[in-house]
Amino acid sequence: MGQRKIAAVAVIAMTALIACGGDDGPPTLTWYINPDDGGQAEIASRCTDEADGRYRITTSLLPREATAQREQLARRLAANDSSIDLMSLDPPFIPEFAEAEFLAEIPDDIAESVTDGVVQGAIDGASWRDQLVSVPFWANTQILWYRKSVAEEAGLDPENEPVTWEQIIEAARDQEKYIGVQGIRAEALTVWINALVASAGGQILTNPEEDVENLEMGLETDAGRAAAEIMQTIGREGLGGPGLSNQDEAGAMLQFRGDRGSFMVNWPFVWAATNAAVDEGSVDQEVLDDIGWATYPATTEGEEARPPYGGINIGIGAFTEHPDEAMEAVQCIVSPENQAFYFVNDGNPAAHVDAYDDPEVQEAFPMADVIRDSLEAAAPRPQTPYYNEVSTGLQTTWHPPASVQPDSSPETATDLILAVLRGERLL
Amino acid sequence: MSTTQDVPTGKVTSTAPPAGLSDRARSERRLGWWLAGPAFVVMLLVTAYPIAQAFYESLFKYRLTDPDAREFNGLGNYAVILTDGVWWQAVAVTVLITVITVAVEAVLGFALALVMHRALSVLRPVLRTAILVPYAIITVVSAFAWLYAFDINTGFVNQWFSWLPGISEDTNTFGSFGPSVTVIILSEIWKTTPFISLLLLAGLAQVPEDLQEAAKVDGATWWQRMYKVTIPNMKAAIMVALLFRTLDAFRLFDNVFIMTQGANNTEVVSFLAYRQTISRLEIGLGSAVSVLLFLSVVLISVVFIKLFKVNLASARGEG
Repeated sequence: MGQRKIAAVAVIAMTALIACGGDDGPPTLTWYINPDDGGQAEIASRCTDEADGRYRITTSLLPREATAQREQLARRLAANDSSIDLMSLDPPFIPEFAEAEFLAEIPDDIAESVTDGVVQGAIDGASWRDQLVSVPFWANTQILWYRKSVAEEAGLDPENEPVTWEQIIEAARDQEKYIGVQGIRAEALTVWINALVASAGGQILTNPEEDVENLEMGLETDAGRAAAEIMQTIGREGLGGPGLSNQDEAGAMLQFRGDRGSFMVNWPFVWAATNAAVDEGSVDQEVLDDIGWATYPATTEGEEARPPYGGINIGIGAFTEHPDEAMEAVQCIVSPENQAFYFVNDGNPAAHVDAYDDPEVQEAFPMADVIRDSLEAAAPRPQTPYYNEVSTGLQTTWHPPASVQPDSSPETATDLILAVLRGERLL
Repeated sequence: MSTTQDVPTGKVTSTAPPAGLSDRARSERRLGWWLAGPAFVVMLLVTAYPIAQAFYESLFKYRLTDPDAREFNGLGNYAVILTDGVWWQAVAVTVLITVITVAVEAVLGFALALVMHRALSVLRPVLRTAILVPYAIITVVSAFAWLYAFDINTGFVNQWFSWLPGISEDTNTFGSFGPSVTVIILSEIWKTTPFISLLLLAGLAQVPEDLQEAAKVDGATWWQRMYKVTIPNMKAAIMVALLFRTLDAFRLFDNVFIMTQGANNTEVVSFLAYRQTISRLEIGLGSAVSVLLFLSVVLISVVFIKLFKVNLASARGEG
């Protein structure tokens, strides 16, 4: 009896040892992803297969909002979390992470290979102080969506002749329609403001790489005032619809598909979502057929628009225990084939130009060429480690859109943001 | 508590000098400390320690993404906060929401408590459960429910109540201060009135029935009995309920976070602390806001407890 007991204990101990020994197998990389339609999880499993046992990639879901994603990652990384091997990062927060040394350095040869054939806007968004600190994965941009019937009645042909905000406003005013913009006090508002200012030839921050004490803002300029004027007009005249002050991208899309939809600036997810809604039966085919697309509207006539730039870049955690495997994995994740797959599956445009020539992409997104051109012209949001303060300061002072004043709002925003950065005021 | 009504002069044994304690009383007291001690220590660990740390952090300029630049700032963070309109605006909104919700809840809660108290014994369990349901719902969930109900895109309220003046299909409830705060207050009232009514029900149960009978025999009307017998006898319970709810309401966070994110000047103090500490990662400044919030809560407690003591004494006929 006694011997049997000993044998049993030995077996249990052996099993325990073997279980512990599991660590010797292929390392598991954790990829913190933003919520999507399952594309990143699929890419993770494809790359796990491709690695052929050298590593495995599992995904871990971050919150829905970009700002909340940053909060979670920053708090973990500030505590030197080694479980973050790879992370999907929203570009505006990359300088902050790079400056805090949360991102592992990317060797020159890898940097070269992952930026080859990638649109310039995406490379800029993945870099900080002229150094690639993250890897471009997908690059987003907003384009102008319009109802062909409305444009026709207004005598506009946005597809062939770029339109200005003024023309759009006039068309909506005449036909009593709503313009789709994002007036919610959130990141979407900053995206809009930045595009308006940049399209007027200005910059929200003129020297974003400077220290806090020397930062200068570029809102108190003609460009800043032009942007404020457009927002004010749309807000005051109710052209953005009754829910403008808390309208986000999805809300703008719903309004655009309704009876009073006319023009809308929005990301390409609109196309995939509207097609799905037609398949579901919640939106008529006629509405879909009435939708046209063109490049982002210009702020001043004759000057090229600078559309918003967004997307996701992949950062490698500075505290990962498997830096080599993570570097290898990231190259697999961002391969043009995976980017094309992600474009078709999730509706998120690729950063690599080759993906746009993929026949499946061309079929699913007839506006793929417009998106690529838009990405080439896109202007990033201010690239500064203090982006959160700049963006929140803008959202506080330029909201609701109807309250924006071309004469005073640029100054109010400048004063608030600079005082907050100097630590003299609350935000 | 209120049964001490029968003690004519209010002299109770606990006022006797401690020197007169018997051996038994002394050992019981010691046993009491032994029993409560562990819980007390745990409480110190989980509450006193974070408060002390927050106070310590609040003396520094400290940004989580820039730990090397951390420097001692004395009371500088407090100076920044207390001289900033944003803080006072948040305090004003918080006080407004607190006062309205607590006042409405006290009246409503009392009415519900009376209903539960007087209901037939067959109905009582069903009634109590029904009234408690909102309290059992997680605040974030209830906040989302109210948000979606009033939202201009998804809400049914605009459709159903468009016959009311001021409401149409195009009413953007979360587009300005008044309507946003109203919905926040309504959802808060809906959610926490059960709590206050439960506490008041306990108070009602303590009102001696013989006093009510005596008043009835003397020919007192229902209102007279309510004012002269019921309410004075449950004053202690009312004050406890009000104190708990005021403290809760002052720390309001979820409804604002879900419904407006502080837009349209609906920012409350807890949300301000959250935004400095969590969104801006400004640990120093955020800790200072938290400490100020803590001090406000302490102030409310002190004011209430002073008030509470006076009333307790008067309830005993000492005042």
